[in-house]
Amino acid sequence: MLNIIWFTLMMSGLIVAFATGHVAQVTNGLWDGAKSGVEVAIGLVSIITFWLGIMKIAESAGLIEGLSKLVKPIAKWLFPSVPESHPAMGAIIANMSANLLGLGNAATPLGLKAMEELQKLNPTKDMASDAMCTLLALNTASLTIIPATMIGLRAEFHSKNPADIVLPTLLATAIATTAAIILDRFYRHRHQVIKPCPGSSQ
Amino acid sequence: MIAEISSFALPLSLAMILVVAVIRRVPLYETFVLGAKDGFQTAISLIPNLIGMMVAVSVFRTSGALNLVIHALSPIFHYLRFPPELLPIALLRPISGASSLALVTDLFKHHGPDSFLGKIASTMQGSTDTTLYVLTVYFGSVGIKNPRYAVKVGLWSDLISVIASVFAVYLIIGK
Repeated sequence: MLNIIWFTLMMSGLIVAFATGHVAQVTNGLWDGAKSGVEVAIGLVSIITFWLGIMKIAESAGLIEGLSKLVKPIAKWLFPSVPESHPAMGAIIANMSANLLGLGNAATPLGLKAMEELQKLNPTKDMASDAMCTLLALNTASLTIIPATMIGLRAEFHSKNPADIVLPTLLATAIATTAAIILDRFYRHRHQVIKPCPGSSQ
Repeated sequence: MIAEISSFALPLSLAMILVVAVIRRVPLYETFVLGAKDGFQTAISLIPNLIGMMVAVSVFRTSGALNLVIHALSPIFHYLRFPPELLPIALLRPISGASSLALVTDLFKHHGPDSFLGKIASTMQGSTDTTLYVLTVYFGSVGIKNPRYAVKVGLWSDLISVIASVFAVYLIIGK
């Protein structure tokens, strides 16, 4: 996918440059692009480093476990096919809590642990189960509380108020996550596996 | 008021995290340094992706190709009230997070982070995760070959996230 996009951007740019005689500008643009790639990455070192440190503190303080009581009833509703006492449920709750707190780095290993446990419950090992699809829906939509990288990037470009996108981001991410949950339910019913599977209500 | 809530969010969550951590007797500074240690590596690992994409975007822009596309699409997008400059970011966001970050940077350079476009771009970039990456990593880790409807759900919710970002900035910050 990225191959096609990259090729299309480059080639159409070069063709237009030849056609319009903007060849010199494009040559300059090339170096500018490469230079700003490095500048942006270096500029992000500060915010990413700081935020990763804070995230580690949040993780060690047990914030993920603290949230799990609140998350549990939601998780039970979202994952009706997962038995409550199964380790998969614990991993799912931890993954959801980490996502809610914006602890992206902690959420991924917890999510992978949840996948591993869900695979044990999965009757068809190479086909995603309903619960796996729901977990993916939650993680691709990824509810964001503090968009730290974007705040950092905005500060780097001398924004007057780098953080003023926090509320819009929160609203957008809440809408998208709600949509993902609804879409997941909708497709789950439409793509009902033909053979009746234990634990599903229909 | 709304601007205040936004600017309070980060310092406030920082305060909250620190207070809880102190109560739970977490060794604050050592833990911070332990977590922060990976920051440099994480940021630097973006470089190949950022350079690759920023060069391509730069070529696409300086040649005039970007303007051609924007001009061609602007009647439709005007009707939809969607700024055509944001189309490349919206398309690339679900595929590669670093690449769309490169596009956002490019947009900041030309329109500024505080422009209306800059704010929507920030929201679009920050409000979702890279769908195809998450799908690959999660399904890849347990050897799932058939993702069923997960791809569809991920991409549809990305589209909704794009629309919601434009809507949220209109609603909360205004033009």
